[in-house]
Amino acid sequence: MSENLSPEQKVSRRDFLKVAWGFFGGLALLETGGMVLAYLQPRLAEGEFGSLITIGLVDDFPPNSVTHLTNGRFYLVRLADGGFLALYHRCTHLGCTVPYDQTQGKFICPCHSSEFDQQGAVQNPPAPRPLDLFPITIENGEIKVDTGSPIQRAAFDPSQVVYP
Amino acid sequence: MTEPNPPDTMLDRLRERLTPEEFPTDDRGRIRMVVDSLVLHLHPSKVPVTTIKWSYTWGLGGLSAVLMTILALTGIILLNNYTPSVPQAYLDILEIRSNVWFGELIRNLHHWSANLLIIVAVLHLIRVFLTGAYRPPRELNWLLGVAMLVLILGANFTGYLLPWDQLAFWAITVGTSIITYVPLVGESIGRLVLGGPEVGANTLLNFYSLHIALIPLGIFGLMSYHFWRVRKDGGLTLPKPVDPAPDPLTWQKPERVTTIPHLVRRELIYTLGWFAALLLFAMVVPAPLEGIANPDISPNPAKAPWYFMGLQELLLHFHPLVGAIIMPGLAITGLFLLPFFDVTSASVGIYFRSRRGRSLSLLALGLATLLTPAWVLLDEFVLDWVGWLPGWDSLISNGLIPLALIALGLFLLDGWAVKTFGADTEERVLFLAVFLFTAFVILTMIGIFFRGPGMALYLPWNMPAAVH
Ligand code: HEM
Ligand code: FES
Repeated sequence: MSENLSPEQKVSRRDFLKVAWGFFGGLALLETGGMVLAYLQPRLAEGEFGSLITIGLVDDFPPNSVTHLTNGRFYLVRLADGGFLALYHRCTHLGCTVPYDQTQGKFICPCHSSEFDQQGAVQNPPAPRPLDLFPITIENGEIKVDTGSPIQRAAFDPSQVVYP
Repeated sequence: MTEPNPPDTMLDRLRERLTPEEFPTDDRGRIRMVVDSLVLHLHPSKVPVTTIKWSYTWGLGGLSAVLMTILALTGIILLNNYTPSVPQAYLDILEIRSNVWFGELIRNLHHWSANLLIIVAVLHLIRVFLTGAYRPPRELNWLLGVAMLVLILGANFTGYLLPWDQLAFWAITVGTSIITYVPLVGESIGRLVLGGPEVGANTLLNFYSLHIALIPLGIFGLMSYHFWRVRKDGGLTLPKPVDPAPDPLTWQKPERVTTIPHLVRRELIYTLGWFAALLLFAMVVPAPLEGIANPDISPNPAKAPWYFMGLQELLLHFHPLVGAIIMPGLAITGLFLLPFFDVTSASVGIYFRSRRGRSLSLLALGLATLLTPAWVLLDEFVLDWVGWLPGWDSLISNGLIPLALIALGLFLLDGWAVKTFGADTEERVLFLAVFLFTAFVILTMIGIFFRGPGMALYLPWNMPAAVH
């Protein structure tokens, strides 16, 4: 074959086809992989955990209280100064649900005994970071919590507290 | 006028195949018949008399296949009474236990066979390791074996969620949270596996699909390849005496005996024996089942499945990236690379390589049995990297620093084996492997028997009851 090639024809037909097959074959594989990945993406149901939840009025929650809202998977913490935090109840270590210990005033994980204070900050490892936060919005005295987007934070910061 | 023979119908031909006019009477014909039979699809017609001794293979590979078959059969029949949805899955298991004829027995059989399979597959791997059977030309079959072990663990882990009880829910929650510590892609892979932010209905469906389709398909596919490779690689490795180690060139090959009946008889006895034992066990010991999964309350302690307790123990001592990802990753990589850097063929077929190998293995076993609990206690009560190095990222203080110390310790051990005992390459590999494996088994035992509420250490006889 190659002796029929003119000097300008550097690529033989066979080589060209090989490359073309390889290229389009690879492309098809990538596309298929992408389709499968897209197909497997999680779907969320409306109104359940993962969406915006209305939980009640500001005055329902006295200062210095911790309320477990199990539907939304979070604790609504009202600090002594009246500010709100919505703490995802999932331990940042390996995902156990952290109960609130009323007498000690902190969250103690049953799984590997991480401890968190009322603001969710780590008091005792192995948890690597504070409890995640859900964004709170307060309109006309009504509290809404967006459970779709937990916010990871490295430490507690007063700017995280939402005031009515 | 004679009628022409009526053409054979399909039925005639079928009958002919199934009931041949006459059975062969001469030896040659008999052997042909035998060669055609199903058994010899799998086995060669003759096998070396030494390889079929119990004390060489212990029948562990064959037993793994038997267990896979039991799992497939009991699993398929369980499907008829199981719905992978929340909360129906749990209610179905309750029904299976109390209202389905032989339901409890089938479930117990499935459960115990699955757990036994892990033990047997690991023992098979150990046998292959100790006899050096992974070396060329059998590298590929070793790799297939490691892949199958990973799939078997995957099958067990995905199956663990299906009953949807507290045990299942929290073991899978903790187990899958480990994925999120993989740098960069961890969070998105975790979401994909769970089908959402937490273990839920989508997770159950994902795991169900993996458990009954993809993973078993993979295992049975690899199994066929594994068996075929055994024959391609010239059958099993031949057992050899340790003293004096025979010269591979002049060494006499052992006598061969016909597969039927010598090998097949043993296989049948072994299969029936184990099946009887399993059946008895499943009749007496029920598979565990706790209350229905409750995402609001984690039981205390929330333990991993027993075969991941060693990993769980590592997690208690190291930053998750080191304990649950780097260390197991290194172990699996080491297993995969083993047949490429340990290639001496002279000692293949000799348990523990040599006399010196035997002593070194015993030494490694003893050392690991002493050092592992000592280190666990030290780390639990004395070492406090995070407290000593305040302000350091716990990945470094409680992860990379102790990891480096352990690596240093292994390095010193290795040097010791060379200096004091004159170990060669294969004996050094053996020494370190026995040490690491024993350490892992000890960690697993500590996780199973010594960890109680809050994952604190207790003596087994003082263990407080779990809170659910
Ligand atoms: C074709 C193969 C298989 C099928 C169709 C199958 C099917 C099932 C089904 C329907 C269940 C739920 C019922 C139950 O919880 O008892 C289950 C549970 C389970 N499976 Fe499988 N399975 C197969 C293979 C395996 C393998 C290879 C393993 C592990 C090596 C395994 C391990 C488990 C475990 C640990 C459970 C949980 C049992 C329990 O505690 O209730 N399965 N399987
Ligand atoms: S999951 Fe909470 S401490 Fe481990």
